[in-house]
Amino acid sequence: MKKNLKQKIVIIIGVLFVFLYGAFFGFDAPKIGGGQPLLTQLTQHIHLGLDLQGGVHLILRVEVKEAVNTETDNTVARIEQDLKTAKLTYSQVTKPDPAHPEKIRVEGINPTQSSAVQSLLDSKYSNEYDVSSGSDNALTVTMKPNIEKALDDKTVQNTIEVIRDRVDTLGVSEPVIQQYGLGDNQILVELPGISDLDRVKTLIQSTARLEIHAVVGGPYPDEQAALASVGGTLPPDQEMVHGSGSMATGSDADSVYVLQRVAIVAGTDFRSADPGTDSNTGQRTVHFTLTNEAGDKFWDYTSANVGHSMAVVLGGRVKEVANIESAIRDSGEIRGSFSQDEVAVLSKMLRTGALPATLNYLEDRTVGASLGTDSIKQGVTAAVVGVLLVMVFMLIYYRGSGINADLALFLNLVILLGFMGFSGATLTLPGIAGVILTIGMGVDSNVLIFERIREEVRAGKAPSAAVDQGFAHAWTTIVDTHVTTIVSALILIIVGNGPVRGFAVTLTFGLLANLFTAVYVSRVIFDTHVNNLKPGELVSI
Amino acid sequence: MEFFRSVNVDWLGKKWYFLAFSLIFSVSGIVSMAAHWSHPVGGVHSPVPLGVDFRGGTEVQVKFAQPPDISKIRSAIEAEGIRDAKIQNYNGSASNEVLISLPEQSNESSLDTGRQMVVNSLREHYANPFADSDVKVDVVGPTVGRQLEVKAIEATLLSLAGMLVYLWFRFQLIYGIAAVVACFHDTLITVGAFALLDSFGFKGMEISLTVIAAILTLVGYSMNDTIVVFDRIRENLRLSRRESLPDVVNRSINQTLSRTVLTSGLTFLTVLSLFVFGGPVLRGFSFALVVGILIGTYSSIAIAAPMLVAWQQWRAGSGRAVALPAAKRSRV
Repeated sequence: MKKNLKQKIVIIIGVLFVFLYGAFFGFDAPKIGGGQPLLTQLTQHIHLGLDLQGGVHLILRVEVKEAVNTETDNTVARIEQDLKTAKLTYSQVTKPDPAHPEKIRVEGINPTQSSAVQSLLDSKYSNEYDVSSGSDNALTVTMKPNIEKALDDKTVQNTIEVIRDRVDTLGVSEPVIQQYGLGDNQILVELPGISDLDRVKTLIQSTARLEIHAVVGGPYPDEQAALASVGGTLPPDQEMVHGSGSMATGSDADSVYVLQRVAIVAGTDFRSADPGTDSNTGQRTVHFTLTNEAGDKFWDYTSANVGHSMAVVLGGRVKEVANIESAIRDSGEIRGSFSQDEVAVLSKMLRTGALPATLNYLEDRTVGASLGTDSIKQGVTAAVVGVLLVMVFMLIYYRGSGINADLALFLNLVILLGFMGFSGATLTLPGIAGVILTIGMGVDSNVLIFERIREEVRAGKAPSAAVDQGFAHAWTTIVDTHVTTIVSALILIIVGNGPVRGFAVTLTFGLLANLFTAVYVSRVIFDTHVNNLKPGELVSI
Repeated sequence: MEFFRSVNVDWLGKKWYFLAFSLIFSVSGIVSMAAHWSHPVGGVHSPVPLGVDFRGGTEVQVKFAQPPDISKIRSAIEAEGIRDAKIQNYNGSASNEVLISLPEQSNESSLDTGRQMVVNSLREHYANPFADSDVKVDVVGPTVGRQLEVKAIEATLLSLAGMLVYLWFRFQLIYGIAAVVACFHDTLITVGAFALLDSFGFKGMEISLTVIAAILTLVGYSMNDTIVVFDRIRENLRLSRRESLPDVVNRSINQTLSRTVLTSGLTFLTVLSLFVFGGPVLRGFSFALVVGILIGTYSSIAIAAPMLVAWQQWRAGSGRAVALPAAKRSRV
């Protein structure tokens, strides 16, 4: 018996140390003596939710229909091409309903060729499309639902990738960017520690089209001067673009350029881009590489236009005007009046490409860091006061056994923190609610046991028998209450979202810990106490 | 120290009082909810005052460096063209915090304009500085609010169903039903209390996502409480088969009363300290728990246990097997 008890005490102390370690270090190697106070260690491994530490929370909807639209636009062009090649007559290939971009109509088919058209379309497109013949010499080509769904998913996934790459430039420690389960095509973005929502939104949503245009003339001080230079009216293939004059004249004044409307290099032509600094001037630069196809085009253009100038246009403004000194194939450098942020963002965007579809914000929340800290301070104060009150009461009401309950409660909280540290789960305000229910049920388990032991003592049982019986009876109840609550918490984890899940996670951890502390630990302490009783002495309860 | 050594109260004899009490609170809750429904806030019908999480809309909470002047804030915002904003002090006047609420934007593409206008107008027209880190903004569009509502209700109902199944397996179906009905009763009265407070003019208690967490907590708590009583009933039914069910139920409630009062009292203490010290973020949350713990404790004694007896009497009346089977298993 005694030896058995010692073994159990060793187990308990072992568990205590394991979870203390988890709370402070998680799975990392300990860095004691690294100059970090223990409290910092603790807060580093217990992830706080945005409501507690501040940050930006966004829910976006990806307008996936746009991707479907682009895809069917391509298909329309291919169908027209195919029909022409096969010498089949038709009047037009259209998409009749803008709300249903997945539907294509081939109209005005020669009735004698209708089966030929149908079999041609079937043979080429039946993997992705359903082809059905309609009335008045028309065929309907509809994207298959599973293909459309796959395209939707791909669009959302690509958008997530693009957003992730862009957000990386912010240097957020643990961003969450994932598909949001509640609705279709929604993305959840959570950035702890960021409070400048506008910057985040610009970054995420920026389409940052970078293009290189041929310069017709400029810089001119204003639009009138620019117009005058082209004889009063702008030809349809040219456009006026504003930009700062600094790179040409050294001044910051706004100036106007006349450019060729069609770009030599468009945003999708870039293969890679890296930020850099010019070693001579210290100017910020972006070094880029073009795709092979665009490289050939660029080579043709630059070799034919040596001595002319090109303008780099970013987001509708001229950023740089460069003289073509020699033919360039597929790599070059853009130099201009960029800020460090701009260079980083620009190269990111050129590399990751544009967003595949428009984004709409469904929800955005920002918690200023200091307001988050306020609410955690108040919450923690309240919880600590509550727990202390409970502990004091238990000591008064159950005397010696109160120490037992308080130890179990303390150990329970340590294990809970350790769980959080090991699992990397996030503690939110609703999570604190879970902790409160855990404390409530932890106290309840002890009260159940103690009341039962008192009953048994009153019935005249000897200390060890009373403790035995008390635990045996209370155990059934404790299992029932805990399993019921864990069952419901697991359901909440599975079907619930954000806050509801946060509640359920801490509750599940807490109750599991409680089964150990309230029953096992409490029992060991009682047995130790009973073993040390002198004959005739009663349990302190 | 001991509060209740041997109590002998005839709880079941008071069942009509209990029923009256529960009915008064449920019905007044339902009436307030109906009243709230018929007075839509910003065109949205809801039975309870909803927080921005579910209602949708824009809430900007700003902590100023100096004590804020509501009327100056209003004119600053109106200078930017925002008319129907609700502006109120938040977290007590010493905190310099102000909460500015705008009604829901039905158009999702312009969801964010309200926030920008509020922040910009305060920066431009109101000489009371605040840092970015002192601003909390919630902008919730109509789609997300609705989805959250549906999801939260779905999750709660499913978890209740899960508990019902477990209790069915561990006890009997009627125990499960009685416990779930009691939880439902508690939820109704607690949610009703939000509507009730609102009808009596105490505005600002709203059902938000954290309140949902509180309601889940109270469901867990009430269930815990009910199971403790049921467990005793099961045990006593096994030990003394000759005693009548009402006597067994009464005795079980009395035997567990000491524990019930202690646990609820202690949990109540924790929750009360949340209500007092937790600040405005936790106000609605801790209010739901304060009400919920009282009601949850009450319902185990006054709703769940009498339901078992009522069911047995109904079975007896309809000529079926009389005895309430103790349980399927005796020990774990």
